Amino acid sequence: MDFSFTKEQERLRQEVRDFLETKVTDGEFQVKSNGWVESHSQKFSKDMSRRGWIGMTWPKEYGGHNQSYIDRAIVMEEMLTYQAPIGFHFLADRQVGPAIIHFGNDEQKKTYLPKIINADISIAIGLSEPNAGSDLVSVKTTAMEQGDFYIINGQKVWTTGGHRADYIWCLVRTDLNAPKHKALSEFIVDVKTPGITVRPIINMAGVHSFNEIFFEDVKVPKENLVGPKNRGFYQLMAQVDYERAGLERLMQNYPLFKNLVEYAKKEKRNGNPLSKDPFIRNKLAELEVEYQVGRLFCYQVAWTLSQGRIPNYEAALCKAFCTQFEQRLSDAATRVLGLYGQLMPGSKYAPMDGDAADSYLWSVSYTIQGGTLEVLKNIVATRGLGLPVAKS
Amino acid sequence: MGFVFPEKYGGMEGSFLDLTVLMEEMGRACLPGPFFSTVILGGISLLEGGNEKQKERFLPKIAKGEIILTLAVTEVSGNYEPEGIETRSVKTEEGYTIDGTKLFVPDAHIADYILVAARTEEGKGNNGIALFIIDTKSPGITVTPLKTISGDKQCEVRFEGVKIKEDALIGGLNNGWSIIQKVWPKIVVARCAEMVGGAQEALGMTINYAKEREQFGSPIGTLQAVQHYCADMVADVDGCRYITYQAAWMLSCGLSCDKEVAMAKAWCSDAFRRVTAKGHQIHGAIGFTEEHDLHLYYKKAKTWELFYGDSNFHREIVAQQMGL
Ligand SMILES: Cc1cc2nc3c(=O)[nH]c(=O)nc-3n(C[C@H](O)[C@H](O)[C@H](O)COP(=O)(O)OP(=O)(O)OC[C@H]3O[C@@H](n4cnc5c(N)ncnc54)[C@H](O)[C@@H]3O)c2cc1C
Repeated sequence: MDFSFTKEQERLRQEVRDFLETKVTDGEFQVKSNGWVESHSQKFSKDMSRRGWIGMTWPKEYGGHNQSYIDRAIVMEEMLTYQAPIGFHFLADRQVGPAIIHFGNDEQKKTYLPKIINADISIAIGLSEPNAGSDLVSVKTTAMEQGDFYIINGQKVWTTGGHRADYIWCLVRTDLNAPKHKALSEFIVDVKTPGITVRPIINMAGVHSFNEIFFEDVKVPKENLVGPKNRGFYQLMAQVDYERAGLERLMQNYPLFKNLVEYAKKEKRNGNPLSKDPFIRNKLAELEVEYQVGRLFCYQVAWTLSQGRIPNYEAALCKAFCTQFEQRLSDAATRVLGLYGQLMPGSKYAPMDGDAADSYLWSVSYTIQGGTLEVLKNIVATRGLGLPVAKS
Repeated sequence: MGFVFPEKYGGMEGSFLDLTVLMEEMGRACLPGPFFSTVILGGISLLEGGNEKQKERFLPKIAKGEIILTLAVTEVSGNYEPEGIETRSVKTEEGYTIDGTKLFVPDAHIADYILVAARTEEGKGNNGIALFIIDTKSPGITVTPLKTISGDKQCEVRFEGVKIKEDALIGGLNNGWSIIQKVWPKIVVARCAEMVGGAQEALGMTINYAKEREQFGSPIGTLQAVQHYCADMVADVDGCRYITYQAAWMLSCGLSCDKEVAMAKAWCSDAFRRVTAKGHQIHGAIGFTEEHDLHLYYKKAKTWELFYGDSNFHREIVAQQMGL
């Protein structure tokens, strides 16, 4: 057992931190909870790319850096501490790239991986549909073969960053007769293809982060099919483990945590610092313990991946636990601040510029996006513990 | 508007218990508007503390919906203790001069009159506080709305050398806090009643959704995980209802019920919040959008949780009432 980082890893962490400090000092972005989801900067992603921080774990032959998942976790931990604007490359780096590496052909690897690594293209994820959320196997969007093309028709929804993406990674139905899970395929689709309409959805935090995307007779070349036809669902099941395990599920409102602790130390109520209030003291310490446990869950998954193994229930467990921590944090913050806890960004008197209230709104999504808390717990219970699956 | 006022002031002589029914419906509808500030905060305070002349002057107008009132107690300390009141009133020839800043004052930006708690004497705790009714058009008043999570309008109200006449004083000079204390349980319970309605509605929306929304070929309401959430939500909502009705009934009967009032707000603060959070969880992504109504309740639950003391604040009162 070894909980330490190597000297190189410590150096890497310091390098990332210096990089970020400079960016903040230069005013390139502001440290703010949920920043990594809200913000999107190709320039920032290009700067990261130049330092080798995109595609870190990918094979060298496609421009990757062949580093360990622990190294990637270190870079991510620093990025998330600052909530850096990594949205341009993030989804491609986290899940699309790995999916192409596992299931794509050589041509696809040569086409897409270097572009992702160089932050030339941004990719959104189009899995969910109005009637297929947790139940992804029910997607209705179809892709039908026609000569050298597939013709896509249907609708995706909740597509994060779809309005700024160059490509959408789509799960679609390619066989209308086969059993559902043997009828799905994955495509990478150029958003500029005629017939695609992207419409904004405003979330309850008042932000345009996700979209609905309509496909009307969208003609996609056959070479955009990733992996064998009708194997999409099986491919997907392997991919979501990458989506589930990252530190981004623990740290989406990390600046709030850090600032709240500082606030409690400085701010006085009836002459005493807030941090001396028994309730607040206990709450903050409790959150710290939970945070540190969550961090270990995340690093454990990264370590498993770094050993060349796919995490099993651990990824689901990690996300289930960590997102609940984030939710408890934002709720606790509003209460520690009392009446000030309901003040939004931009309001006079808002402590931490309204980060507590704002994060309380965002926190609704933490336990829904990327697999709901309940679905994750089901996975822990059935896949992890071997409990029997209910007959439906 | 004049529901609980005596007939001679244009009211209907309704009981406080009846009023809570009205509040519950307003909460259910997530009603925006200055009813709470005008009737509960302004009207009931005048009814409890005002002299005959003041009642005759203001209550009929409130009953007719002609004027909007609000109450300004809390200041930068952000609490509901007399120690938090630093706004000062100084006696002058014709009346008083008011200086200070009030915070989180509901609907002050549209109010015609604000009832203001101000300190008359330093170092006298709750004995050195007076309550005044002040015309918001008086020179020296600046109102700045704050940006809150639920989008309701709470304001900063600054008083700079605001001159008021003798007749603006409500009750005796150092009697302000005791009026506030008398009205306080009604304010708290009226808020709880709104929370009952809001929680009930969030529950109703969620149950309906769980019955309609299908995943994996069946309504999600067939899933035990979802069913258990719904069962938890019912316990929360029914709990809100009974503990609030109990306090409302006792208040209506004129019984002493400090503990019951505190228990009601302690429970409702947590329960309404939990209900809206679980409601969101069951709604999935659709609830995370602005076009769906659920977020209105989630946001209100947070504001109302923090207003008039959250569960910690009220559990402390319960502890004291238990002799701890
Ligand atoms: C902020 C945000 C960003 C998103 N970004 C993307 C994106 O970029 N791309 C994309 O494709 N999707 C995205 N999503 C969609 C997300 O993946 C879905 O919301 C999620 O999978 C749940 O689906 P649903 O919302 O339809 O809820 P449903 O599946 O309808 O679930 C409703 C409720 O039923 C419960 N439930 C369902 N099935 C079960 C079960 N078997 N056992 C127990 N409980 C169950 C759920 O847990 C939930 O509480 C995003 C969502 C959010 C909120």
